[in-house]
Amino acid sequence: MMRKPLPDQISAWLVWLLLVGCLISLPVAAQQGADARREAMQTMPGVTSDYWREVVSGTKGSTQSRSPGADSLIMIEGERWRELRNTWVSPGGAIALGGSLAAITFFYLLVGRIKLVNPRTGRVVERWSRWDRTIHWYTASLFIILALTGLSILYAKWFLMPLLPTSVWGGFMLAAKNIHNYLGPLFALGVLAMIVKWVRHNFFNLTDLKWFLKGGGLVGKGHPSAGFLNGGEKVWFWMIVFVGLTVVGSGLVLDFPNFGQSRETMQITLLIHAGASLLLTAAAFGHIYIGTLGTEGAFEGMKTGYVDEAWAKQHHDLWYEQVKDQAVPAEQVLSQPDQSAAPTRQAGSS
Amino acid sequence: MARMKFLCDSERCIECEGCVTACKNANETEWGIQRRRVVTLDDGEIGKEVSISVACMHCSDAPCMSVCPTDCFYPTEDGLILHNKDACIGCGYCLYACPFGAPQFPKQGSFGARGKMDKCTFCAGGPEADPQVDQQKYGANRLREGKLPLCAEMCSTKALLAGDAADVADIFRERVVYRGHRNSAWGSLEQGAQETELAAARQADLAYDATRGV
Repeated sequence: MMRKPLPDQISAWLVWLLLVGCLISLPVAAQQGADARREAMQTMPGVTSDYWREVVSGTKGSTQSRSPGADSLIMIEGERWRELRNTWVSPGGAIALGGSLAAITFFYLLVGRIKLVNPRTGRVVERWSRWDRTIHWYTASLFIILALTGLSILYAKWFLMPLLPTSVWGGFMLAAKNIHNYLGPLFALGVLAMIVKWVRHNFFNLTDLKWFLKGGGLVGKGHPSAGFLNGGEKVWFWMIVFVGLTVVGSGLVLDFPNFGQSRETMQITLLIHAGASLLLTAAAFGHIYIGTLGTEGAFEGMKTGYVDEAWAKQHHDLWYEQVKDQAVPAEQVLSQPDQSAAPTRQAGSS
Repeated sequence: MARMKFLCDSERCIECEGCVTACKNANETEWGIQRRRVVTLDDGEIGKEVSISVACMHCSDAPCMSVCPTDCFYPTEDGLILHNKDACIGCGYCLYACPFGAPQFPKQGSFGARGKMDKCTFCAGGPEADPQVDQQKYGANRLREGKLPLCAEMCSTKALLAGDAADVADIFRERVVYRGHRNSAWGSLEQGAQETELAAARQADLAYDATRGV
């Protein structure tokens, strides 16, 4: 029978194992008792000052979350963006817009409206074709809508929010954001059309240099010579090219987050977009003033397409010399009933 | 007045994602929205890997609040930063300002269509008066029931602590005192610390070999 000695054998083995086990674990236990700090070093040896340095410097790790930027514990760029936006772009834009309005008001009070020197001849020349005017007013109306909605996003919380109940306020801001986002790409088309259509008129020449030296007619006597477009108009055109395209390009990046732009890209793009569009808006105030209230006879050019000979001769003499043969009586081209006698009065009424 | 805070004990977090699951379960958030996440730095590097659970930290000077175009954030008496989804327009600015990546959006669509922002509420809901509507829009309001956020309550190693900042700090201070640290105030024990560190490294080597053998 082999069954009887078995329990004895097993217990002998167990005792022997126990002894060996004790002998091995003795120094380990002694070590553990020696220093409680071992716990930290053994369980999480990685928690060191270097680790925290990595965390605060924005080192990326791994995570199960699919949210953009989820793999970093601290995104350090956010605070810089907040500072740039809230302490520079936002107040800076307010100063630029306010300053632009103040300068225009000051100029108007000081110099007043630039009147036509010679009386109107009653004969007009074509300045802006139907296409030109369509592109201009298409882009201009979109610009005004985008400026109003964009400025709402930047500034409305400081003055409009306290006046409205939350639901109305939320609805207004949501509408502002959606209008801004959906009309933005259409504005881009307008800017591109303007550039393509008008770039040939806008290369600078020596006439423009003389125009600038005379401050566009503010310095010295007599109005400086100008071709189809004067130096100031060309500057505005190139502003639309460079600043306008910057606004459009950055706007498109912001408008389509579905391409997975990183937070850092969006931060920089937002700053560029806000800065450039505020600059463009501040300059647009000047453009609007000069084109309406500031210059007698200018607005009708973009409204009807025709300008009076007197205006053309005064502001764009070189161009007038080229086109004076094409001058026609105002009644002939502006025969619509509501505009029959209007061109001489329109600008004055605005 | 209580000032509510989260604290994740980096020496205890084992990256089990229990807090993430608990949060999702308590708040029934939309598909794709994850209010809490666990980030692991140096993942897979022996002796270096550390995980931390992170969500909205309810900042004292909250960047989200200061850049929001509609001012939809509001601080509560408990020092929490909550937000009103009725005023949120989904512009994403809070996400660009937040250091912790807390704000979440259900969509990333064309023309900036992101939907309403969602983030950790410290299980304190939102501004809606009707509790059911509030729960639907903002998730659980456990604070009102006298409970702490579910992520911290369910943390298996009690790495994630939530509650009044003073209580959380007391618990963590006690832990630090008990387990000590190589950079602790007892500078005279620097030598001993180095020795134990060496021993720990040796032990880690042994453990490494053992797992490799299997």
